[in-house]
Amino acid sequence: MRARTLLGGARVIMLNGQTSDLSAGATIRAALAQLGLDAEARGVAVAVDGEVVSRSKWDTYTLPEDARIEVLTAMQGG
Amino acid sequence: MSTEDTLTIAGRQLRSRLLLGTGGFPSLELLAEAIAVSGTELVTVALRRVDPAARGSLIDVLADAGVQLLPNTAGCFTARDAVITARMAREAFATDWIKLEVIGDEDTLLPDAPELLRAAEELLDEGFVVLPYTTDDPVLARRLADLGCAAVMPLGSPIGSGMGIRNPYNIALIREAVDVPVVLDAGVGTASDAALAMELGCDAVMAASAIARAQDPVSMARAMRAAVEAGRLAQRAGRIPRRLYATASTPEEGLPDFS
Repeated sequence: MRARTLLGGARVIMLNGQTSDLSAGATIRAALAQLGLDAEARGVAVAVDGEVVSRSKWDTYTLPEDARIEVLTAMQGG
Repeated sequence: MSTEDTLTIAGRQLRSRLLLGTGGFPSLELLAEAIAVSGTELVTVALRRVDPAARGSLIDVLADAGVQLLPNTAGCFTARDAVITARMAREAFATDWIKLEVIGDEDTLLPDAPELLRAAEELLDEGFVVLPYTTDDPVLARRLADLGCAAVMPLGSPIGSGMGIRNPYNIALIREAVDVPVVLDAGVGTASDAALAMELGCDAVMAASAIARAQDPVSMARAMRAAVEAGRLAQRAGRIPRRLYATASTPEEGLPDFS
């Protein structure tokens, strides 16, 4: 994490509830790479600010400032 | 069970009337083995944040098992969260099916009826096949079915409680109240609970904790399969009425007289 993103009220992109060093303009693909996901990222879905970003847009969708990204996958559950 | 006795949900035919929850299994190996012996074809999964440190892939295990995924919205307390989670599940798993859970209380995990109806309506509008986890209230079940839900999943008792079916009369009433499949969900503790659900007329039983948290999950999966099949057979066979007094099963005609 680069400190400057947290200083002077600069906006921070949140990735799965953690501050990230992603900058506005980065792609979803860059966010997935930070989570160690491979290109296929099977069984994964992404939402930015509560809106699903479909797989077909992962390379082109650019993250806005202070985006909140949720990257979800299958977990054991009833 | 004869192959003709299939369960149809939203046009999909299932040979097994046992749905399996994947939560609580101590390992993916045990989960895979339990799926195999249970005969289930429909298995629930939850959606959670990607954990970079996670070992093994649940998705791969379920794909290898050849089961259909039924993603759930477990952990959602509002219609909004449940709807977003369902959309993410559709994106992640390429299925329109969603087990809709909207919880209203942290201690009992009982469904929140108004939020559940709201979420069901929204998801049906968006083309989802909605299977709602609901209370054992026949009126709510009918409302959900009238909206267009593909099945209703009433609870026997709270999730993970193992308390069995606390209101069998309501479960029987739900079976009468709706035309869609009724899947008894939550509260199953052991095989007899599953058999009772089927005897009450349920079309299927969902078991999660009862199998996953049993001392021997694979044996319990086998037991649940047998119980669901036995309960279904008994229900179709037509049980005898309950009576207060005995009815001799041996004819009295031809009794000798030893006086």
